[in-house]
Amino acid sequence: MAETENPTPTKPIPTRREFLTMVGAVGGAAAMYQAMGMMGMAHASPYDGPIQLGQAPEGTKVLILGAGIAGMVAAMELRDAGYDVEVLEYRDVAGGRCWTLRAGDTYEELGGFVQTVDFAEGNYFNPGPWRVPYNHYAILDYCRRLEVELEPLIQINNHAYVHSVDAFDGKPVRYREVNADFRGHISDLLSKVTNQGALDEVLSEEDKENLLEGLRTFGALNSDNEYVSGDAASRRRGFDRPPGGGVDATPISSEIMDVSTLLDSGLWSRLATSETLNSSAPIFQPKGGMDMIARAMAENLGDVIRYRKRVTRIRQDEDGVTVTYEDLITGETDVTTTADYCVCTIPFSILSQIDHDFSAPLANVIQDMPYAASIKVGLEFKRRFWEEDEHIYGGTTYTDLPISQISYPSNDYLSKRPGVVLGAYSWGALAYQYSSIPPEERVTRTVEWGSQIHPQMPEEFKAGVSVAWHRVPWTLGCYGLWNDKDDHYEDAVAMDRRIVCAGEHLSYLPAWMEGAVLSSLDAISRLHDTARNQAGE
Amino acid sequence: MRKSMIAAPLVLAAFALPVAADDSDAWFESRSALTQQTGEGIYAAVCASCHMPEGGGASGAADYPALANNPRLEFPDYAIMVTLHGQAAMPGLGGILDDAQVAEVVNYIRTHFGNDYPDDPATEELVSDAR
Repeated sequence: MAETENPTPTKPIPTRREFLTMVGAVGGAAAMYQAMGMMGMAHASPYDGPIQLGQAPEGTKVLILGAGIAGMVAAMELRDAGYDVEVLEYRDVAGGRCWTLRAGDTYEELGGFVQTVDFAEGNYFNPGPWRVPYNHYAILDYCRRLEVELEPLIQINNHAYVHSVDAFDGKPVRYREVNADFRGHISDLLSKVTNQGALDEVLSEEDKENLLEGLRTFGALNSDNEYVSGDAASRRRGFDRPPGGGVDATPISSEIMDVSTLLDSGLWSRLATSETLNSSAPIFQPKGGMDMIARAMAENLGDVIRYRKRVTRIRQDEDGVTVTYEDLITGETDVTTTADYCVCTIPFSILSQIDHDFSAPLANVIQDMPYAASIKVGLEFKRRFWEEDEHIYGGTTYTDLPISQISYPSNDYLSKRPGVVLGAYSWGALAYQYSSIPPEERVTRTVEWGSQIHPQMPEEFKAGVSVAWHRVPWTLGCYGLWNDKDDHYEDAVAMDRRIVCAGEHLSYLPAWMEGAVLSSLDAISRLHDTARNQAGE
Repeated sequence: MRKSMIAAPLVLAAFALPVAADDSDAWFESRSALTQQTGEGIYAAVCASCHMPEGGGASGAADYPALANNPRLEFPDYAIMVTLHGQAAMPGLGGILDDAQVAEVVNYIRTHFGNDYPDDPATEELVSDAR
């Protein structure tokens, strides 16, 4: 769900060959990826195809706590290996944070604030995860195996905007213009210092020639290695009058931004967003909403999942695991169920308040994992003005307004029906404040801020819904934040006698479904080894 | 349900301490810090998200403890510690609140929502020492 990206590893000083590969080659992002791959940084998912557990020891039962992605992956695989499987879920639906709000749904957040999703029939909003990147092999494989239909999600759209309240009088600028001008100007500047001899100690004469040739292509420079207004630049950044047909069809070039204005705007800070591993094309979304993944898993599991069971106590001894729960359907408290082993996918935000007897190292991590604040606001508009008026089809506008971004729908293009955009997606200090105000005010403010970029918003607004993750009753937060991850991670992922914990919080892909799947697969493979050893196999 | 200060600045004015500035315009001014300066303003902007506008806490799969009528607030140290460094699922807020803001909000909670602990107020020094 998150924008969490590992910080870029400190790069060694590049060799000349790598330097040329990165900067001089044609293709920009593609070239950068190639270079990253050569340096071993572009790690793919460690997923290596469906898990092969082999046969479960006869008559062995595993209890799984939580029917989110991690819990359901564990349940499907352990069941298929021959384990007797029981899943306890707090809610009346499966999926956890893999969740979609649809037209007509009602959502009550903590504090009793109720929202009804007043969208047009068929429209939806993903409050949690909303993207499945191509490099998340494990979750993609479950989509393949469960036949969840995916469609491309546009993350970066050259024709969407970058925006700062302090730049260009607060007017949004097309991503394409900033990208082209930034590349053009740095290429121009680098060619100047190259010709002035500043790189003579690093580059041979031949290298310099190759570099300059690369920069001319990379930055759309003219034959004098200058980035100037004209046809070459306009073919990157757009024309004032685009090429047409018939009379008055000659294109009119646009004016580039001067380098100081561009640098001062700070808008270049958004350009690397599409370069990070989890945000670069191709990215997918399930057709009809993210919870199509959860629904497919839940359907596969059928009555293995037992809904509306609130876990209150977890115990284990040499004979097995005993879990006590409150049955929210019958109202019965202190119901117990037993198993030989247990996979606990309950978020530590919840688990820290459950009576358990985990060993000290794991218990310490459970007690010391804060959950992040995050806000998403979905806005439905009467017409797709971003397409009809501004020719933006999918993608994201980035802004330093409190809404942080506007993401346009990557489905139902050109439709004449109402459309839903992600109107705000923020973290940290902004998310705390957003979470603290009533849901209807979150929507009102989001429309007000959004109208600084799209003045059509107030007029076209139809309905809105917001999810503040600290107020989500079944997680109390967005994702697990670690204190001292390096020191305590192994303690938390280790199997504690008969119980192993799993979920996004126990992965190095926090907040991503892929992290939940990889954590779960690793956990059940160790559980399976333990069970076989105990059975003397 | 108490309305937020943005929607009802008059409510704030009615309940604010005489020395307190009106915080109703100090919302969403920074991406990285809270810009409210009064205890009431800070409470409404961050604490209320989980402990709720009236301090009553909330209950789902697990609970947000009530701050109302809470004897753990008798002395400032505990509230300062939890506000700065967090506890269990609660994130520490030391990164988005400065020492004065922490002291203000701790004192606000200790004297509102049925809590009556005006003695030993939190100070910037106490907060600074606890960081």
